[in-house]
Amino acid sequence: MSYLAKPKFHHPAIETNELGFTHRDYEGSISTLCAGCGHDSISSAIMRACFELSLPPHRIAKLSGIGCSSKTPTYFLGQSHGFNSVHGRMPSVLTGANLANKDLIYLGVSGDGDSASIGFGQFAHSIRRGVNMVYIVENNGVYGLTKGQFSATSDRGSKSKKGVANQDSAIDMAAIAVQLGATFVARSFSGDKSQLVPLIKAAIEHRGAAFIDCISPCVAFNNHEGSTKSFDYVRSHNAALNRLDYITTRAPITTEYEPGTTQVVTLHDGSKLRLAKIGADYDVHDRVAAMHHLHTKQASGEIVTGLIYMDETPHDLHDSLDTVDTPLNELNTPQLTPGQKALDGINASLR
Amino acid sequence: MKPTDISNPNYFHKVVDCQWACPAHTPVPEYIRKIAAGDYTSAYMINWKSNVFPGILGRTCDRPCEPACRRGRVEDEPVAICRLKRVSADYKDDVRGLMPTPDARNGKRIACIGAGPASLTVARDLAPLGYEVVVFDQDKQAGGFMRTQIPKFRLPESVINEEVGYVLDLGVEFRGGQRIDSLKSILDQKFDAVFVGTGAPRGRDLEIPGRAEAAANIHLGIDWLSSVSFGHVTSIGKRVVVLGGGNTAMDCCRSSRRLGGEQVTVVVRSGFDEMKASPWEKEDAMHEGIPILNWLVPKEFKHQKGKLTGVVFEKVKAVLDAKGRRDLVPTGEPDTLIECDDVLLAVGQENAFPWIERDIGLEFDRWGLPKLDDKTFQSTIPNVFFGGDAAFGPKNIIWAVAHGHEAAVSIDKFCQNENIAERPSPLTNLVSQKMGIHEWTYDNGVSNDIRYKVPQKSPEIALRDIKTEVELGFDPKLGYAEAQRCLNCDVQTVFSSKLCIECDACVDICPMDCITFTDDGEESDLRARLLAPASNLTQDIYVQDGLKTGRVMVKDEDLCLHCGFCAERCPTGAWDMQKFALEMTHAGTGCRSKA
Repeated sequence: MSYLAKPKFHHPAIETNELGFTHRDYEGSISTLCAGCGHDSISSAIMRACFELSLPPHRIAKLSGIGCSSKTPTYFLGQSHGFNSVHGRMPSVLTGANLANKDLIYLGVSGDGDSASIGFGQFAHSIRRGVNMVYIVENNGVYGLTKGQFSATSDRGSKSKKGVANQDSAIDMAAIAVQLGATFVARSFSGDKSQLVPLIKAAIEHRGAAFIDCISPCVAFNNHEGSTKSFDYVRSHNAALNRLDYITTRAPITTEYEPGTTQVVTLHDGSKLRLAKIGADYDVHDRVAAMHHLHTKQASGEIVTGLIYMDETPHDLHDSLDTVDTPLNELNTPQLTPGQKALDGINASLR
Repeated sequence: MKPTDISNPNYFHKVVDCQWACPAHTPVPEYIRKIAAGDYTSAYMINWKSNVFPGILGRTCDRPCEPACRRGRVEDEPVAICRLKRVSADYKDDVRGLMPTPDARNGKRIACIGAGPASLTVARDLAPLGYEVVVFDQDKQAGGFMRTQIPKFRLPESVINEEVGYVLDLGVEFRGGQRIDSLKSILDQKFDAVFVGTGAPRGRDLEIPGRAEAAANIHLGIDWLSSVSFGHVTSIGKRVVVLGGGNTAMDCCRSSRRLGGEQVTVVVRSGFDEMKASPWEKEDAMHEGIPILNWLVPKEFKHQKGKLTGVVFEKVKAVLDAKGRRDLVPTGEPDTLIECDDVLLAVGQENAFPWIERDIGLEFDRWGLPKLDDKTFQSTIPNVFFGGDAAFGPKNIIWAVAHGHEAAVSIDKFCQNENIAERPSPLTNLVSQKMGIHEWTYDNGVSNDIRYKVPQKSPEIALRDIKTEVELGFDPKLGYAEAQRCLNCDVQTVFSSKLCIECDACVDICPMDCITFTDDGEESDLRARLLAPASNLTQDIYVQDGLKTGRVMVKDEDLCLHCGFCAERCPTGAWDMQKFALEMTHAGTGCRSKA
């Protein structure tokens, strides 16, 4: 919880990406979240992913609602567009922005309160419609800003900091996203950047509704014994499906795996995501099996992480609406008001 | 790899690069913080305890600390440590009341031969303990080469008088104007111990044709400088050639400019970068309109009717021989003649001990230096110790001070009938600097800020009088600004695995990407796998195991800004900023056996 700005100094041998930016160029202002907050790690993973993909920061729009998680867009991508909306209304604002300018990369950042409670309906419909976005829920299972009440994603039986057990059943955001028709669904953990960063990269490259449920321990109110969203609990109950390697169209493949143990999925821009399978044979393309697997593991108290489901030929909102190739905000007066002659033509066609 | 043992006093000491590089291990960041706080007196006393001559060193030190300074690695230039030391000396209050009061006499008598920095340090360390210290010097005033060799425009006499005075005022007996011609005579006076700090008093000569014939206009640099210092020499010819590339050469050429030399040229055998002179001294000389010519080897002094007319030089270049050694070979170009009225030879200094009898048991090595124990400075006569330039050949003031401290420890233990080879290690301490969630006892906000220049008198004024000090020193405002460039490297990042929950907060916040949590491995493997590779092998990596995931925490010390952000971001206090204090073992109870 530092109020001092991060020094401008950087490592003299710092890496630069294709745009000549360093990862420091993707930073935002200094975080005011609690020291050790999982959300800050997720911010860091987002910056890392954007840096590694060499994304021009001004081509990214970050949108959020209300809550600790929704504060985070201030702390990353300081050169990007941002919109901090009303509580739970991020998905609608994002949908509108996306309709107006489909050329930007949309990053929806939300929390379990913002998306699983007040904004649950908004979340559901943006996913249903297949808005081309990366929707990240920074899920800590607790209302941190109001001092630690259970949230809608707290597991039944999970204990509060004061030792009270939660009686309500939990919403599994990833399972719901699969059910709602998200074409890219993953779950990860703020404490495992080696998994989270490639997932965010793949989600950005995915052209459709990409949803990431990211468990993010709240160090102030939900990192104690009895919590199912603590660092220790997640680490010991992590049923990772796959290890991920994001492979750009150019970079050579460096790691080798035993044949049959990997699955390669192709992303929109031709880059590939290679999944090294861990444990049971799992096909990320099988939606029904994915749902089954999530429920089975949940019943045994395990947390499924990794890429859960992916449709390699997604369909997004603009496809459904059959919009023109030019983003709507770039259409000018002659295109938008084609004149009497065009109107007459349309009217004639309706007679 | 093996986890780092931070209880080893050297580990964190090495992280404080300036302190580690300083022969006397002055706690640099500590006194710089005092300067920033405006507490010049405390800053001065910290220095005084460690290096005895803060005002003198703040103007003349060879500053091994500065090339070592971490600021130089993360930005362009190091903190102006040396000139900050001067700030403490310039703006301190009266410090006489803070000087130690000597204990009652313990009955032991110590002779120090030569009144330079090494001897005066021995006297400073021993007199307060009750020793009766007698310092002998051929000159009437104490100070040695600090007084006779360093031109007054770099080091005013008042500063020497003040700081030499602090030492002599501790009840030290100074016998000036008394040249010692026999060590035996001193030994016969039944001193309990004798310290020889006679420096390297002989300037090296240059035997080339014409040397004898033109002798009237060819001067040995160090002798000439002391003649200037004493006022015996007040002028020099209009055209002067200074031979040599060390700091003495720089003092000679700049002094010449002030005594009537209009065309003063420094001529050096080797290249500019290989010159022994400190970069800033070369800069100061060039700033006064003195060209430095390189790759020229003097061949002959030209003369007419017993008067020097010039020097002939052969042009050379550096060639590496089969063994990779550098050799200077003639380029074959025609020789160069530089016409001049006077030549100053500054081609090196030598030790000379004609006054030590060779039959009293004191052994010399084949280079004519006394055989000494390199830690205790004890000679082959058990109660005779050496230090400063007299011990291992010409170095500089700060080394002389460091030798003096060590020799004083030896003498103290020797006089207390202890084994002088047993050297207690320095005392160290680590204390948390945390005052609040984001408050520390030190200024941890680090910002880019280039080194401030020390204001100088303009050359027109400075060149008029040899006693006018060229550098004006930082004023308190500039001193504060420069002090704030210090990264507080003594405030250490201390990690405790037990408390760590591996949340990555420190990794994410570190501006220099110093911290990595990764699988264990051998050091070379680990160094390559870090977030930012640790390629500077002279800097340690800090490794701790015992984490829940079985990984190790690795921190590259090299470029750490000591900004404390890792500790501020740590939710469990696994990182803490702790000030490392190192107390050198000086003579006195600290160096003696605890029994």
